[in-house]
Amino acid sequence: MATLLIAEHDNQSLGDSVSKAASAAKLIGEDIDILVAGKDCSNVAEAAAKIDGISKVLICDNEIYKKHLAESYSQLIISLSENYKTFIAPATTTSKNFMPRVAALLDVPQVSDIISVIDEQTFEHPIYAGNAIETVKISSEKKVITVRSTAFQASGEQDSVNIESIEASEESVLSKYVSEELTESDRPELTSAKIIISGGRGMQSGENFVLLEAIADKLGAAVGASRAAVDAGFVPNDYQVGQTGKVVAPELYIAVGISGAIQHLAGMKDSKVIVAINKDEEAPIFQVADYGLVADLFKAIPDLEKALG
Amino acid sequence: MKVIVPIKRVVDYNVKIRVKSDQSGVELDNIKMSMNPFDEIAVEEAIRLKEAGTVTEIIALSIGPQQAQETIRTALAMGADRGILVKSDENVSPLNVAKIIKVIAEEENPDLIILGKQAIDDDSNQTGQMLSALLGWSQGTFASEVKIDGQSVLVTREVDGGLQTIKLNLPSIITTDLRLNEPRYASLPNIMKAKKKEITEKTPEDYNIAMKSDLEILKVSEPAQREAGVKVETVEELVDKLKNEAGVI
Ligand SMILES: Cc1cc2nc3c(=O)[nH]c(=O)nc-3n(C[C@H](O)[C@H](O)[C@H](O)COP(=O)(O)OP(=O)(O)OC[C@H]3O[C@@H](n4cnc5c(N)ncnc54)[C@H](O)[C@@H]3O)c2cc1C
Ligand SMILES: Nc1ncnc2c1ncn2[C@@H]1O[C@H](COP(=O)(O)O)[C@@H](O)[C@H]1O
Repeated sequence: MATLLIAEHDNQSLGDSVSKAASAAKLIGEDIDILVAGKDCSNVAEAAAKIDGISKVLICDNEIYKKHLAESYSQLIISLSENYKTFIAPATTTSKNFMPRVAALLDVPQVSDIISVIDEQTFEHPIYAGNAIETVKISSEKKVITVRSTAFQASGEQDSVNIESIEASEESVLSKYVSEELTESDRPELTSAKIIISGGRGMQSGENFVLLEAIADKLGAAVGASRAAVDAGFVPNDYQVGQTGKVVAPELYIAVGISGAIQHLAGMKDSKVIVAINKDEEAPIFQVADYGLVADLFKAIPDLEKALG
Repeated sequence: MKVIVPIKRVVDYNVKIRVKSDQSGVELDNIKMSMNPFDEIAVEEAIRLKEAGTVTEIIALSIGPQQAQETIRTALAMGADRGILVKSDENVSPLNVAKIIKVIAEEENPDLIILGKQAIDDDSNQTGQMLSALLGWSQGTFASEVKIDGQSVLVTREVDGGLQTIKLNLPSIITTDLRLNEPRYASLPNIMKAKKKEITEKTPEDYNIAMKSDLEILKVSEPAQREAGVKVETVEELVDKLKNEAGVI
């Protein structure tokens, strides 16, 4: 029996998280096929065929899957389920939308956000915003797993394997795509950036985020935010780092005007180096920061921009 | 239109939890418990739909220990009409929760079930999606806006790239994200009124559900702790350390 890895993509490019999820899948030890379902997504399939450890790529190129609507997507996976024991995907908002449906339709449990594979049935995953790690064992024959990609290295590359076209499954009429408003940015994506600079309520306004953007441009960094900054409307929702936003682990995370609530730490405390800039020396963010600077950000950030040359 | 809102009693979001030394779980004795924050948002959304005249009845449903009754009372004080408590002292997995809600939905015939996107204790983010699959109803997860329009509902969803709007045929499952609304506090008169509202008590056995037990929790352990580092005095010192000590810029 084999593992089916479901690819995260936007029909043009394969998400970085997929190769990391492949590393987790390799640890489970079964043959791994990867499913690319979307519209005009052959580039994605070609990239998937080069991920080390993949046996073959299944591509389902059909209008139905263009927007990854959960009802039809889960139905497609179920139509393939006879051949697979393990269903695995990186824990993105797309897979969080359809993977639990696959689990329910198979009548098996899902383990969300695994951070390690103990054996093919036993996994570790964070609970309580990462303040505890739960080890769980699944005894059903089939299982559904989502992977926290910050916990795994990318799988290497291999010579391309076969790409096989598969039939679409029935389209669900329950939901329809209407529109989307995607944040356009030339900067790296939060979840794959090597450096992130995030702003919190201390930024005071959306306009002030240009201060962070100037630094981001010098460092090739992504810009993130706390929930408070998103709630206040300073920046869009997809900037949010934390328990209920994005989980990141860059080489360098710079937290500016962020107090360091448990829910924010949950999304960034596995970063390699953490810098905190905050005017309150008691702010909890300093307890996890490698380098703390107690300062007014409106002075420190322009100075930092100059110092970076 | 009738709405069911499943609510979970969880450790309050402000509490810094502690793992038990025997690794059997987290310390729950004398710990402040509250309604899962996403479920407060779900209750609030149902109440706003009722205030707008779209919804006529709101049922707050919780699966958990006897004390989950207090959580249901909170929802009733906010404005829900009646409660159902399915008593269980066990840790009920998302799939089992979804199965229980499904049977209750088949009895009650709601048009909408609004859940939280995630319980902040198990952080699973599964129940709503599982329920939708089991019932064969449409799903709109991570909602930041909900608009009912005749027999359909427009849901704007918070996704990794930004926002996505989809149109669902009713009946539907909706799960809430943080920016859907700001939940109200219950007023004193409403807290008093809630004491008279009805809460029906049940057990999972009453619903004849084959609960699955193929997920075993082996242990709960402490995560690796991060050590606090050093304070730097100036921006120049910071840049120097990042370049020459940490080597990250
Ligand atoms: C269910 C739930 C889920 C949540 N999920 C998330 C999540 O995913 N991500 C998240 O981030 N939060 C989340 N939160 C919110 C979290 O609890 C905090 O409220 C939030 O992180 C606070 O954001 P903040 O640090 O920007 O704001 P604050 O806590 O208000 O901190 C602002 C900081 O800025 C500093 N400051 C102000 N002015 C200046 C200045 N001029 N110079 C320097 N420093 C300054 C202050 O000293 C303060 O420390 C969640 C909460 C709940 C209940
Ligand atoms: N024991 C429970 N009782 C009632 N509702 C629940 C329970 N567990 C989960 N839910 C609902 O399902 C949502 C998602 O939970 P989870 O899938 O555990 O992250 C919660 O926000 C609740 O709305």
